[in-house]
Amino acid sequence: MRRLLACLWLLLVVVATPLRAQDVQPVPPLSGRVIDQTATLTPAQVQALSAKLEGLERDRGSQLVVLMVASTQPEDIAAYAQRVGDTWKIGRRDVGDGLLIVVAKEDRKVRIEVAKALEGAIPDLAARQIITDRITPAFRAGDYAGGLNAAVDRLAARIGTEGLPEPTSRPTAQRNSQGFNLEDMAIFFFVAVPILGAMLTGLLGRKFGSFVTAGVAGGLGWWVTASALVAAGAGLAALVLVGVLGVGSRRGGGGPVIFGGGGGGGWSGGSGGGGGGFSSGGGGDFGGGGASGDW
Amino acid sequence: MTLQRTTGRLWLAAFALAAALGLSGCGYNDFQRLDEQTKAAWSEVLNQYQRRADLIPNIVATVKGEANFEQETLTKVVEARAKATSLQVTPETLNNPEAFNKFQKAQGELSGALSRLLVVSENYPNLKANQGFQDLRVQLEGTENRITVARNRYIKAVADYNVLTRQFPSNLTAMMFSYSPKPNFTVQNEAQISTPPAVNFDKPASR
Repeated sequence: MRRLLACLWLLLVVVATPLRAQDVQPVPPLSGRVIDQTATLTPAQVQALSAKLEGLERDRGSQLVVLMVASTQPEDIAAYAQRVGDTWKIGRRDVGDGLLIVVAKEDRKVRIEVAKALEGAIPDLAARQIITDRITPAFRAGDYAGGLNAAVDRLAARIGTEGLPEPTSRPTAQRNSQGFNLEDMAIFFFVAVPILGAMLTGLLGRKFGSFVTAGVAGGLGWWVTASALVAAGAGLAALVLVGVLGVGSRRGGGGPVIFGGGGGGGWSGGSGGGGGGFSSGGGGDFGGGGASGDW
Repeated sequence: MTLQRTTGRLWLAAFALAAALGLSGCGYNDFQRLDEQTKAAWSEVLNQYQRRADLIPNIVATVKGEANFEQETLTKVVEARAKATSLQVTPETLNNPEAFNKFQKAQGELSGALSRLLVVSENYPNLKANQGFQDLRVQLEGTENRITVARNRYIKAVADYNVLTRQFPSNLTAMMFSYSPKPNFTVQNEAQISTPPAVNFDKPASR
């Protein structure tokens, strides 16, 4: 028995090792707009740069992330940056305008990785020029923050002339919004809500059932659109639909449920939005565009 | 009578539904999706190779301006490009392993000739100082990166497709509609890469 177990263990080890054979650097989780794994930048510098990048996203909609790692060995920086871009997919979902600056400090290499949507605004030559003009001299002097800031300014200026679609009102809370539209919303309201309402009012009674329906509708609204306002509206509308008008309710009679002021969609607010949170738009398609340089 | 007709219709509808479900269950729709995906990935590969082919005349022209540049390297690039672009590549190339290998070999030769050209160009200070040449270099580098990405995506798309053609039960669908596995990119000098380089510390090179 022990032998068998040992054999099995050996087999497992043999099978599992090839997976570890090519130890490439892991892609870090997308925890912010500026990810400094080398502790080169001071917290104040990180904050200032993040604020600048947030401003860029607010004004133009494009997402730019700066990643500083110690080394990308054994891969070269282009392959690593490509992998990071493929994993994060930064850039608005429907536009795909993402940009990535990767700095490998110990390798003394830097790369600007450009998503396909921005290859027109920032061709390889322009990226290369930004690296040689702005980043290399500053980095040589040890001024990492200065180099990155100057590069971001130049990149932002180039994006500005591109004529991308305007950012939506809340670009930071995009989550995985698949771009909800009124049509879906209408189908949801006039099909799903009455059915749900009928089930829940049947189960829980009209008053409580309609409130639960409103909560579910609000919650779904929030989940789909990531906007507390839409969610509250959805909850309220569902409450009116089921509770007051009695749509879907099996009991025809009885007056409308009287509800206390402003109780609609109570479950929806919660942890919505959350200031300063950053997540990838999920639309960036990185096809190998951009340029690398060293210092 | 009307009842009979209704039940007949019901049966027909049920049959149609079952057929539709059966087809999608056997991966018919997956074949459509993945087949199209590999074709799109292949087009992107061709697109990027074309981009490289379009860049080469400029590079050659710039290098020619450099007096006494190693002629052999230059002609090799020109010849390799001519060979690579003369190959007729059609969507059918994908289903023809022989043509696919030929294409891959031609592009591989061009890659080799180009990288040799870039290495040699390091020895010419005038070229290194020539802004036009450096710009072309950056563009070529970007194109090579794009080729790598496009090839990787093609490799992945084909892997998905090939798994579907071999797995049960979708392999039955593949047989029925004659979907065959597609060829994939390989490394040309496999043997050369897999043998470790001989390292000899006995005799220092410079003494």
